[in-house]
Amino acid sequence: MAGDATKVIPKEVLWGGGRSPFSVSYGKMMMWYFLVSDALTFSGLLTAYGFVRHGSEDAWPIGEQVFQALPGLEGHYPLIYVALMTFILIVSSVTMVLAVEAGHRLDKKGVIKWLGFTIIGGFIFVGSQAWEWSHFIHGSGGAFHINQEMTVAGTNYNSGEAITVTLTEGDRVFMDHHFGDLMERYQEGDNAVQMSATAESVTLLDVAHPDHAVTLNVLTLNKYVENKTTVTGAEMMKLWNAQTDQFVFGANLEVTEYAEQQGYGGFFFFITGFHGFHVFSGVVINIIIWLLVIRGVYDKRGHYEMVEKIGLYWHFVDLVWVFVFTFFYLV
Amino acid sequence: MADHAQAHHHEESFISKYVFSMDHKMISKQFLITAIVMGIVAVMLSILFRLQLGWPGESFGILETLLGKWAPDGVLDRNAYLALVTIHGTIMVFFVLTGGLSGTFSNLLIPLQIGARDMASGFLNMLSYWFFLLSSFIMLASLFVEGGAASGGWTVYPPLSALPQAMPGSGTGMTMWLLSMVLFVVSSLLGGLNYVVTIINLRAKGMKMTRLPLTIWAFLVTAILGVLSFPVLVSAVVLLLMDRTAGTAFYLSEIHIAGEALPVTGGSPILYQHLFWFLGHPEVYIVLLPALGISSEIISTNSRKPIFGYRAMIGSILAIGFLSFIVWGHHMFVTGMDPFLGSVFVFTTLLIAIPSAVKAFNYITTLWKGNIKFTPAMLFSVGLVSTFVTGGLTGIILADSALDVNVHDTYFVVAHFHIVMGMSAIFGMLGGIYHWFPKMFGRMMSTKLGYAHFWLTIVCGYGVFFPMHFVGMAGAPRRYYDYSNFPFLDWVMDLNPIISTFAIIGGAAQLLFLFNFFYSIFRGQEAVQNPWKSNTLEWTTPVERIHGNWPGELPVVHRWAYDYSNPNYDEDFVPQTTPLKAGEEEH
Repeated sequence: MAGDATKVIPKEVLWGGGRSPFSVSYGKMMMWYFLVSDALTFSGLLTAYGFVRHGSEDAWPIGEQVFQALPGLEGHYPLIYVALMTFILIVSSVTMVLAVEAGHRLDKKGVIKWLGFTIIGGFIFVGSQAWEWSHFIHGSGGAFHINQEMTVAGTNYNSGEAITVTLTEGDRVFMDHHFGDLMERYQEGDNAVQMSATAESVTLLDVAHPDHAVTLNVLTLNKYVENKTTVTGAEMMKLWNAQTDQFVFGANLEVTEYAEQQGYGGFFFFITGFHGFHVFSGVVINIIIWLLVIRGVYDKRGHYEMVEKIGLYWHFVDLVWVFVFTFFYLV
Repeated sequence: MADHAQAHHHEESFISKYVFSMDHKMISKQFLITAIVMGIVAVMLSILFRLQLGWPGESFGILETLLGKWAPDGVLDRNAYLALVTIHGTIMVFFVLTGGLSGTFSNLLIPLQIGARDMASGFLNMLSYWFFLLSSFIMLASLFVEGGAASGGWTVYPPLSALPQAMPGSGTGMTMWLLSMVLFVVSSLLGGLNYVVTIINLRAKGMKMTRLPLTIWAFLVTAILGVLSFPVLVSAVVLLLMDRTAGTAFYLSEIHIAGEALPVTGGSPILYQHLFWFLGHPEVYIVLLPALGISSEIISTNSRKPIFGYRAMIGSILAIGFLSFIVWGHHMFVTGMDPFLGSVFVFTTLLIAIPSAVKAFNYITTLWKGNIKFTPAMLFSVGLVSTFVTGGLTGIILADSALDVNVHDTYFVVAHFHIVMGMSAIFGMLGGIYHWFPKMFGRMMSTKLGYAHFWLTIVCGYGVFFPMHFVGMAGAPRRYYDYSNFPFLDWVMDLNPIISTFAIIGGAAQLLFLFNFFYSIFRGQEAVQNPWKSNTLEWTTPVERIHGNWPGELPVVHRWAYDYSNPNYDEDFVPQTTPLKAGEEEH
């Protein structure tokens, strides 16, 4: 069944019947066709995403400004976390290659080792995605809408230059993480959170932790799109006083703080979720095969083709992630 | 796989032989019987709504007896009418002509005609059938839920399909429709993977790709189309399910219901149409190609002539398959599509006329000066050529956006696709049943009943769909419940009772077929091994069903499938297993 045999067999013999023209078993070929078909499913989803994004009238959120958190750390690390996830997934593809290669040599121990690493890599990826989802759902401060047209002076976040921004009714103003967390509780009617406001500032206090008073220092405009602008002082209070009671914190399938467009959250959850589901099923299948390898099933069978087949699937899932990463995070 | 010979002659239990069978011949019968049952339902639904269209508002006691609250006082309810139209289309397109046609004949013929013991994976093949059956059950069950079955047309466009409150049928019935469709796609995917891999990997020795019967070529391309296009339907359907249940807005934006604005923005119903028709157009050829393949085989066999332009036939199948992926926009000319993009779709669509015409002319030239045997199967195949040409001609009109916008969504379209895709595919399927019945059941169907069935069917078929062209040209939109409020249509509405009468007679004519089919399974005349004197490998297997198809070694193939009336031989057919004579040129 070696692939290089095809080089010496003439085409008439290869396609002449009585043998597999590609010298592969039916199972492997079926896996290939399945992957082609699955690729079309993902293309369908990604095309739909592109269609909605292209047709969107408002600016689409920029990946680097939405995804910039790392677990347990303050500060901004644009796309570092997702890059790490991607790296882990790609490494797990490498270990899968090594597992397949060990299978060719009928090296049971090698297969167990490398397939084991692949499973761990897969778990880490799925776990990371879970963290990312939970962060995405939780949000980073939330936003409120303003009730009138107004012009405020602020500072461009990237260049540091002073600029004025004109807002229309219903535009979003973003709070920072700490203030937003308490504001969400206050907004939900939590009596343990008290608000005190002066002409220059607003302070929220969690009664249970009196030392954890949070004062509103800065509000952000265009937080996830071009021209991110910070507004402080009296100008900030102008924004604050124009707030409606419409707040949005974090994300769910219907609304997100990241974008006016409902499609943003929907496609994020759906595409990464659908991919995550593929990775998760891959991990489960890998574990099953791993146990079968340990039990010596493939040793008895005399070949490790099953490992090759799940290897194909695993590489495919990896490759799809590269597209998801490109189209959802980078572009 | 290859050593699945009949050698291990184990006793099969009833369950493993008839229910959870992994034998391709049994699975093909399961598909056929299921498709026939679904077909009966779909025909009956169409007769019910044709009663309303033919005699609007008139009371039919039988309707109330059959439908109860759906037909108060014997008049079909408006919502029930829409549900019937939708489910008629869905069942016919997906369950009868996709699952039924491909499932039956791909399963039966692929292993038998390429010389294999069975499908590559009997287990997946079995799963494919059971997913199909499950999805059929769900679709039928959706007729009986609160609010009725899905009612937005078989294409289930949002927002009607996306908003449960949009109409009665948009509730549970719609959800079940989507669920059923996901299962259907799983079934078709499992089947399709099996068909492709089996054809490529398991051909008998000597069965080159250029010796394959055209049936197999058609099934191969059909399966590839299915494997490539159905996943996109899954994407579309799952996003639609999310819109219905999870509050997303992939397909929805700025919608008001009863003056109330819904909290949805940014989605696009046009997006659904793109995704749907990316499947939907290849789907047309998934339905049609197997029928064309079957008729190629039948026409050549019964003309006792080699098929004309064998390679051109393969080329046209491939070309149709390829083109079918780049023409979906012609269903969407009135969606506000950019006219330039529209003209691209006009161009690609018109291109399909070329391979289609190649096929039509090749059929005719195969018949030309042939020693034609008019078996019922042959009549249906010739009927297919007729409907394929008739329906194809209106296709040229619809392909042109400038013309299409005038008749878009009218009865002209209904007439077009019922003739070119509905009648052609059904004729292919019926022809296939008459032709391979001896192979499936070891008995012959009655020829006389077959003739009566054919003539009634084709006359009624044209009787139903030909007048619809005029109704459509006059501007009558499809799917309306009642046209009596539109005076400008009055002059063509007289056609409707005629159409409905033909529909009822045509539906009743199918009873002849059903009787013939089921009676012949048990009482038909016993078949000989090769009743049609055909070349292909399936007729070299014994009449009785055996596991592994050939009792001894697998056959070896020496020639192509269409060596009829070869002057070097006494008989007018030369089976593919006959070795070449000295000096005979290879094909």
